[in-house]
Amino acid sequence: MSTRLAKGGRLIDRTTKLEFSFNGKRLTGHPGDTLASALLANDQMLVGRSFKYHRPRGIVAAGPEEPNALVNLGTGARHEPNQRVTTTELFDGLEATSQNHWPSLEFDVGAINNKLSRFLPAGFYYKTFLFPRAFWKHVFEPIIRKSAGLGKAPKDRDADRYEQAYAFCDLLIAGGGLAGLQAALIAGQAGLRVIVMEQAAHWGGRAPVDGVLVDGVPAGDWVEATLSALAKMENVTLRARCMVAGVYDHGYVLADERVADHTPGDGRPKHRLWRIRAGRILAATGAIERPLAFAGNDVPGVMLAASARDFVVNFGISPGDRTVVVTNNDDAYLTAIALKQAGLDVAAIVDARDNPTGPGVDKARALGLRVASGKAVAKVKGGKRVVGVALCAQAGEGTATEELPCEAVAMSGGWSPVVHLWSHCGGKLLWDESLSCFRPDAARPPLNHDGSAMVLALGAANGHFLAGDVLADASQVAAEAVKLAGKAPGHGAKVATNPLEGATMAPVWVMPQGAPVKLRSKMWLDYQNDVKVSDVQLAAREGYVSVEHTKRYTTLGMATDQGKLSNINGLAILADSLNIAIPEVGTTTFRPPYAPVTLGALAGESRGTIFQPVRQTPMHGWHEGQGAYLEPVGLWRRPFCYPRSGENHEQAVHREILNTRDNVGLLDASTLGKILVKGPDAGRFLDMLYTNVMSSLPVGKCRYGLMCNEQGFLSDDGVVVRLAEDTWLCHTTSGGADRIHGWMEDWLQCEWWDWQVYTANVTEEYAQIAVAGPKARMLLERLGGMDVSAESFPFMTMKEGTLAGLPVRAYRISFSGELSYELAVPAGHGLALWEALVREGAALGVMPYGTEAMHIMRAEKGFIMIGDESDGTVIPQDLNLDWAISKKKADYLGKRGQERNHLVNPDRWKLVGLETLDGSVIPDGAYAAAEGVNANGQRNVEGRVTSTYYSPTLKRGIAMGLVKGGMARLGESVTFPKVGGGQVVARIVDPVFYDKEGAKQNV
Amino acid sequence: MLTLECPYCGVTAEETELAPGYEAHLKRFGPGSTDEQFNDYMFARKNPKGVHFERWRHAYGCGKWFLAARCTATLEVFGTYPAQVGAPPEDIIAKIKARRPEWVME
Repeated sequence: MSTRLAKGGRLIDRTTKLEFSFNGKRLTGHPGDTLASALLANDQMLVGRSFKYHRPRGIVAAGPEEPNALVNLGTGARHEPNQRVTTTELFDGLEATSQNHWPSLEFDVGAINNKLSRFLPAGFYYKTFLFPRAFWKHVFEPIIRKSAGLGKAPKDRDADRYEQAYAFCDLLIAGGGLAGLQAALIAGQAGLRVIVMEQAAHWGGRAPVDGVLVDGVPAGDWVEATLSALAKMENVTLRARCMVAGVYDHGYVLADERVADHTPGDGRPKHRLWRIRAGRILAATGAIERPLAFAGNDVPGVMLAASARDFVVNFGISPGDRTVVVTNNDDAYLTAIALKQAGLDVAAIVDARDNPTGPGVDKARALGLRVASGKAVAKVKGGKRVVGVALCAQAGEGTATEELPCEAVAMSGGWSPVVHLWSHCGGKLLWDESLSCFRPDAARPPLNHDGSAMVLALGAANGHFLAGDVLADASQVAAEAVKLAGKAPGHGAKVATNPLEGATMAPVWVMPQGAPVKLRSKMWLDYQNDVKVSDVQLAAREGYVSVEHTKRYTTLGMATDQGKLSNINGLAILADSLNIAIPEVGTTTFRPPYAPVTLGALAGESRGTIFQPVRQTPMHGWHEGQGAYLEPVGLWRRPFCYPRSGENHEQAVHREILNTRDNVGLLDASTLGKILVKGPDAGRFLDMLYTNVMSSLPVGKCRYGLMCNEQGFLSDDGVVVRLAEDTWLCHTTSGGADRIHGWMEDWLQCEWWDWQVYTANVTEEYAQIAVAGPKARMLLERLGGMDVSAESFPFMTMKEGTLAGLPVRAYRISFSGELSYELAVPAGHGLALWEALVREGAALGVMPYGTEAMHIMRAEKGFIMIGDESDGTVIPQDLNLDWAISKKKADYLGKRGQERNHLVNPDRWKLVGLETLDGSVIPDGAYAAAEGVNANGQRNVEGRVTSTYYSPTLKRGIAMGLVKGGMARLGESVTFPKVGGGQVVARIVDPVFYDKEGAKQNV
Repeated sequence: MLTLECPYCGVTAEETELAPGYEAHLKRFGPGSTDEQFNDYMFARKNPKGVHFERWRHAYGCGKWFLAARCTATLEVFGTYPAQVGAPPEDIIAKIKARRPEWVME
């Protein structure tokens, strides 16, 4: 059993006890514990079930590479699934539950999959669930969904807050171990702005655990002294619990700081996402130990050797009274020695190498430990915990020669540098034969904007695993980085020594070498996704030669640990099966983030009401006060309608329309885009921008205009007003203002840069109100100050003056078909004008109307709406707008595009009005069916609906649509099938449904 | 996320501050051009792996359009320059040649 040792544990405070629970069981630990060490202290070796076979699983690692020990953490609004116990710091009251089992962790029905594993090989899902097709949706998918998935998704709104911080530095150092801290000293003394980030809560990495001496003092002491020296430097920032998640173009870095994970509810943000622009990045990210592939290497109690050492040295944990160490390298000897020195029994050091020699071996033998060389583990015995191992010859086929009872197995298959940050932006790797690992190829780094290396790797991340080499490499790389920044390097520690200087390793990918399939199908590679040696070999046999395909077929490395532990083992197995060298197989692509980052941190403060900026018109508060139902229009919020008590939205819209048609209505049109175009060449410029002529527009007059892109497709529309000899005001759609302004500047700056024109987007400078309806003139007269008579203020003209004592620019234009004025005032006067109109209009029955009433009224008049009648594939000619296209102009944007043969084809779908025979409303987006079927067996179509409404004015359904043949088919009928059966028949009519002769606005 | 220096205001801007405008130095073909010319202008845009000239707008800054010479493979930036030129200026060409001696202007 695993337990707490009577003494030891350099990170824990034994004087204080913390209470926590696991699956409802009340347990205790100490400050400084991780949840992993606290669970092991309580003999909780079984912590979860694997994803596919529901195998019992225990803690394998001590860091973020842990694949097995994922738990649901917290409850209610603080519930988080898939939290790794090895990176979760213990706090008082912590509640954790295990995942992926039913009904309980100890007894899991899904474990039947384990018995059936022979029938669930790699690619099982792809092979089995193809046919019959209908089974997928109704049988396979529901079952798979029920049994798949790790933790439970939180149901409640996250109780915590998250924040984001921005930082800039010359040098970002990822990793606060021996290499990172040495580099920080050298760069910090040089005067560079340095940020050092360490993912763990403690600094120093492995060095203090492994008995490293730095300049003659224990590594732990050197780390303390170095930290206090760095803390005194104003140009150096230190952040612990901060994981550098990703490196992006030109030195952009994301890092996730776990600010209050271990102190929930203390008011601080749970995480802080750092968004850093770094001149250069030093990857001092260390290395991760690899498991060995032997049968039963996933039984709880089998652990990575260095992690077992971490638990003993850092937390005073005994992984078991008696441990078998299995290795192909010297490093694991440190674990055997640490266990022995803690008073625990080491049954044997099983070394796959034939005649291992070196300081580790000597020291182990001197302590009286048995070294079984040339041996392998044939099989681990035990189900929910290890009870023993059977040994065999590494060179053989797995015949057990000896059985050793034990409670834990510490394995080491060598080390893999953490090259993620090097690789995120394309840094290349090379295969190091002597270390059997991929390490950064310094000749092919990821590049910065200036072509220099953006990331430099150092220490273990650069393939230097022994402390002396780590320190020397860190000094050299840091000095290089400082020189690249144009400064003189400072000084760090001079020398580091490791008890294992001269250590070696031998590649061992399968144990024993000639293991039969029975053993290979129990050798786990990817613990979380249940991928075994036999699965990768099967994939190779079935023709998967690309590592990227094999990954997806077998799911190797696709779990939440992203193959940190044993991707290299998998690649080696694949290479061996394909009979090619490992570097020829290559690696899968490393992509950010290095370890999972919670969505809360990525969202930061951008949630709820501040998810995105909201644009408000000057009258916004009034609308809200009236209980308006708001709809988003770009970033604007516009009143959709103003429901009165007892009214639903549809009833409100209909009332607003009828009142506007009978009395007078007010629309807040402030969101309409307003762009000033001014200068000697402004007229010439607008003639290029619009399809019709704007240079000939007299001062004080208004003209409707269309803008197209260079392909000829309709892009935006609006009324243009000539304010002065050299000044035009262009109205755009509400959503189009910024885009059109950018479009204007594009042509002025990049094509016609010698034309003298200024543009200004003045959209928010003015509030604009449409006053529409038969009583609109009466209302304006009641405001007083301006002659608004038909004679002095005719249709499509502009007038400046005062109304209700406010400076007003009035346009007599109409989008509703009624007598209508649009009144623009400086934004600060918007609310005053609106309130004056409401006050003075009360006697005339004035009512505000929203965007939906506006839409329906324009449809009743056959006016097009950008985004309804146009969709980026429609030219103005399709909409019968030839009258707004100049025939005389030699050129305008889109003219050449519209001459293309496809766009002059007479068979194009063109705008028509549609009137249903039964008065019903055609469903939005419906297609008109034609005879026959196309090549895919789908029904042919001959048109589609673009706008469809119930018209309260006409008391029937009306629609506009694009139909083959267009208005030439006036009077014909077309058929619109409805979703779910049935159809609507509509007659092609004039799209102007209401007041064709324009009598209502011409008064 | 790229950073580019705006040649007008001198600000080194992040990509989020900029708006992309695709290929630079396009010659516009309007009415009177052949179908082939128009097609090339409109659709046959260059997309090289390597040295490329692009349009960018300092959209959330000074609002100016500018041009950038950069490598689409390594993301190195050779230089940025004002948009009011018909072809890349000599100093930009020289900067590219300094780092890509084998490169020739198409």
